[in-house]
Amino acid sequence: MATATVTRQPLFSRPRSSHKGVWSWITTVDHKRIGVLYGFTAFAFFLIGGFEALLIRAQLARPNGHVLNANQYDQVFTMHGLTMIFLVVMPLSAAFFNYLIPLMIGARDVAFPRLNAFSYWVFLFGGLFLYSSFLLGGAPNGGWFGYAPLSVQKVTGSVPFAHNMDYYAIGLIILGIASTVSAVNLVVTIINMRAPGMSFFRMPVFIWMALVVQLLLVFALPIVTIALFLLLFDRILGTSFYIASNGGDPVLWQHLFWLFGHPEVYILVLPAMGIVSEILPTFSRKPLFGYPVVVLSGIAIGFMGFGVWAHHMFATGLGPVANSAFAVSTMFIAVPTGVKIFNWLATMWGGRLRFDPPMLFAIGFVTMFVIGGLSGVTHALVPHDYQQTDTYYVVAHFHYVLFGGAIFGLFGGIYYWWPKIYGRKLSGKLGKWHFWLMLIGFNVTFGPFHILGLQGMPRRIYTYAPGMGWDFWNMVSTVGSFMIAGSILVFIYNAWHSRKYGEIAGNDPWDARTIEWMTSSPPPEHNFDQIPVVHALDDFWHKKYVEDKGGKLVPVPAGGENGHSEQAPEHEAGEHGGGHGIHLPSPSYMPILAAVGLPLIGYGLIYGFYISIVGGLILLGGLYGWAFEPGTE
Amino acid sequence: MERRKLGRLVRPAIILSLVFLGTACAAHAPQDYLKNLAGSEARKANNLFVPVFWIAAFVFFLVEGLIVFAAVKFRDRAGRDEPKQIHGNSALELTWTAIPALILAVVAVPTVLTIFSVAAKPGPNQVKIHVVGHQWWWEYQYLGTTPEVITANELVLPVNKPAYFTLDSVDVIHSFWVPKLAGKQDVVPGRTNTLEFTPFETGEYYGQCTEYCSLSHANMRLRVIVKTQADYDTWIREQQAPPVQPATPDAQQGQQIFMSNICITCHTIAGTQAQGQLGPNLTHFASRGTFAGSMFDNTPANVDRWIHETSLLKPGVIMPRFGCGQTNEPPYASMKCISDSDIQAVVAYLESLK
Repeated sequence: MATATVTRQPLFSRPRSSHKGVWSWITTVDHKRIGVLYGFTAFAFFLIGGFEALLIRAQLARPNGHVLNANQYDQVFTMHGLTMIFLVVMPLSAAFFNYLIPLMIGARDVAFPRLNAFSYWVFLFGGLFLYSSFLLGGAPNGGWFGYAPLSVQKVTGSVPFAHNMDYYAIGLIILGIASTVSAVNLVVTIINMRAPGMSFFRMPVFIWMALVVQLLLVFALPIVTIALFLLLFDRILGTSFYIASNGGDPVLWQHLFWLFGHPEVYILVLPAMGIVSEILPTFSRKPLFGYPVVVLSGIAIGFMGFGVWAHHMFATGLGPVANSAFAVSTMFIAVPTGVKIFNWLATMWGGRLRFDPPMLFAIGFVTMFVIGGLSGVTHALVPHDYQQTDTYYVVAHFHYVLFGGAIFGLFGGIYYWWPKIYGRKLSGKLGKWHFWLMLIGFNVTFGPFHILGLQGMPRRIYTYAPGMGWDFWNMVSTVGSFMIAGSILVFIYNAWHSRKYGEIAGNDPWDARTIEWMTSSPPPEHNFDQIPVVHALDDFWHKKYVEDKGGKLVPVPAGGENGHSEQAPEHEAGEHGGGHGIHLPSPSYMPILAAVGLPLIGYGLIYGFYISIVGGLILLGGLYGWAFEPGTE
Repeated sequence: MERRKLGRLVRPAIILSLVFLGTACAAHAPQDYLKNLAGSEARKANNLFVPVFWIAAFVFFLVEGLIVFAAVKFRDRAGRDEPKQIHGNSALELTWTAIPALILAVVAVPTVLTIFSVAAKPGPNQVKIHVVGHQWWWEYQYLGTTPEVITANELVLPVNKPAYFTLDSVDVIHSFWVPKLAGKQDVVPGRTNTLEFTPFETGEYYGQCTEYCSLSHANMRLRVIVKTQADYDTWIREQQAPPVQPATPDAQQGQQIFMSNICITCHTIAGTQAQGQLGPNLTHFASRGTFAGSMFDNTPANVDRWIHETSLLKPGVIMPRFGCGQTNEPPYASMKCISDSDIQAVVAYLESLK
């Protein structure tokens, strides 16, 4: 920089910008690298959570199983839920948000790059904190929903569980910090950093869904954070917020938890809906049918998601008036969801469908989500929900929504944007194997849960007696779960194989619609040599094609206003040339340093305040350095 | 051509789903809540569910059928033209917003009516029972009986008479559920929830706790035995009678061992110094068909094994393992064991408590 003539050595110096080595990853503030970190970390947790699922299925394959004992089973099913929700689907969505939001809105980075790095490190350390409980006396064992007063109990029957649920409360608070920080960052990014011409209604649907999700996070996470703090107070300070015998109320926890927990469901599934809304038009070669309606129904789902929480509590005893109100609101949240499904169907209708893996997974999402949606409507039949709730029927429902929905959608996104990230495509053939194996395995695993639930098999039981009629379908389900595991192995092999042998992608391998496909694959650190000016929804598509009067597609003649046109580099501060003159934030040590402090504070709450003091000092030091380190090096 | 292809896809799908459903219904499942329902509230719930299930099935085949049809018909083939670019159609979109909304509005009416219909109301001519959830067993107090009948895990009811329950818990949240008779009701400490249903058929019905309550949640099972009014009245009289005095020397010795051990700190046997409140009331233990949260049939061999191995059979229970050669965790680590022959005597005593 021209002004960098001050000779005094600053108190904190920033690491040099480099692109190689572990250190460059640790100090990076590049949203793309952070996105990749999120993705790999979430995938690692996916493998762990999947392993836990296999343990559960192995235990339940037969009546009176002996793979796990009750104590182990309780920890494993609790951690399976926590992992898949907080350490897989949320951060995998965050990986897409981080990588894609700036690219899709035409920005150089997110609004607060160091804060972005901080979010990732807090998420990683929060996840490691949660998992360290396995080595330090026992993992959380009260279910992901952590119902009080069980979650306050330190001795259950004759067995002490000193700290299991402390890890739950503190771990989720730390992960909540990561998500909140990231949500604020991304809201600011989307609102303020869109490329010239990209008005709100020219944003891709994925960006819309990202915005809705971030706003849901901003409003929902404080609720559960408060609930978790009260739980922590009950556990370590001896208060009685949830203890009925001392004037507290266990139902308070349920209200707070589900007031977060239901929006959380949409936090988990809306990103996948956004991804699918990008994939279907691209592979149908048609615009998204009813873009404004898809966007508005996404927003409607976000709002209504805050008004249905008590449908998790129909059997709690809220009374017929409250149950009726929440039955009706629950039924009507199905309307905007249904609208989306019909719009996706209409997008495919009359198109020219190419069944590359992203498209297969997107269609898989829609078909499986329909099943989850329909079973969801039956939960609103309150008197019958008194029967269904806490049975495997509900387990079937939310796996169809969160696995058949979110996970299928996210895998679609992985196949779709992989070439943008790595410059090489994943193998289509292996992708198809992955898809079909996973689709069949998924239905063999979770389809029988509907039957088991209607046959009265409760959730969260580590064992069951023979003679209940549950033996056969449990065995079928276990077989299916190993098919899913096999499909994941195919995917891992595909990813590994593509490093060297994947087809070179080029900028725009799918003939796609949105502006991230205009830049190179992988994109340069500064994303775009020239920030694109946006003239329409699906701007890149309209640079490649126009419609004639009858609505037929006509390619724009080569050499015209074509998206593949040679980029004209225009250096903002052309000191170094070759695109490097574009001002980008320098890497920083401070985000990871500050993030290390948080789990230490957490351990201190469990094992002694002096550890908290150390953690607090590290956090403060990190933030201090953050504030005082020079802007760029 | 295309239609034939679709037919080839659709027919196996329908056959498969029928086989699926058929097998589901064929299995003997005592907690199934779709058929052989014997209680008023279970039937009401099912009457609401069945029509909605068929509506959902129709929507399922319609939507999935359309998706599969579109995928087959509009797949990219050689010579296929670029598609017409359609950006939306307000009339269509309004239609598929309005129709589901209308269907749901129609479904909402019977739903709300049934919600109020199944809400429990206290009234005359009901059997009134207070249910207490414990980690991990059920206690039943028959209100209005003197002396009060208190029993565990097995609930006895008269047929065709409304039963009204108040439910409470001494520790964590449980949920009381007998699917063939009624939907579940959570049992929340500090709140007294209510439940009401009328059993229509005599017989034995299975149920279990359905709110996760830690280690032995899976083992917190229960039975409901519905008897004719006459049999029920007899049963009440038997339960109100003082416990049988042990007649055989074995049982007498067992009683002495029972009374001189820590058994009495947790269990009650009416009319003796055993007045503990933590465990199930054993006054008429031998009249029950199952024990330990209805995990085991009440046979001498099972009870014998239970007293030996307890928490090995049912994780987490606060009852120590009395068998010699068993190691107990704190707080029972230094407890004296009871010899095999003495345990046999205790079993003989318990099995005499008809």
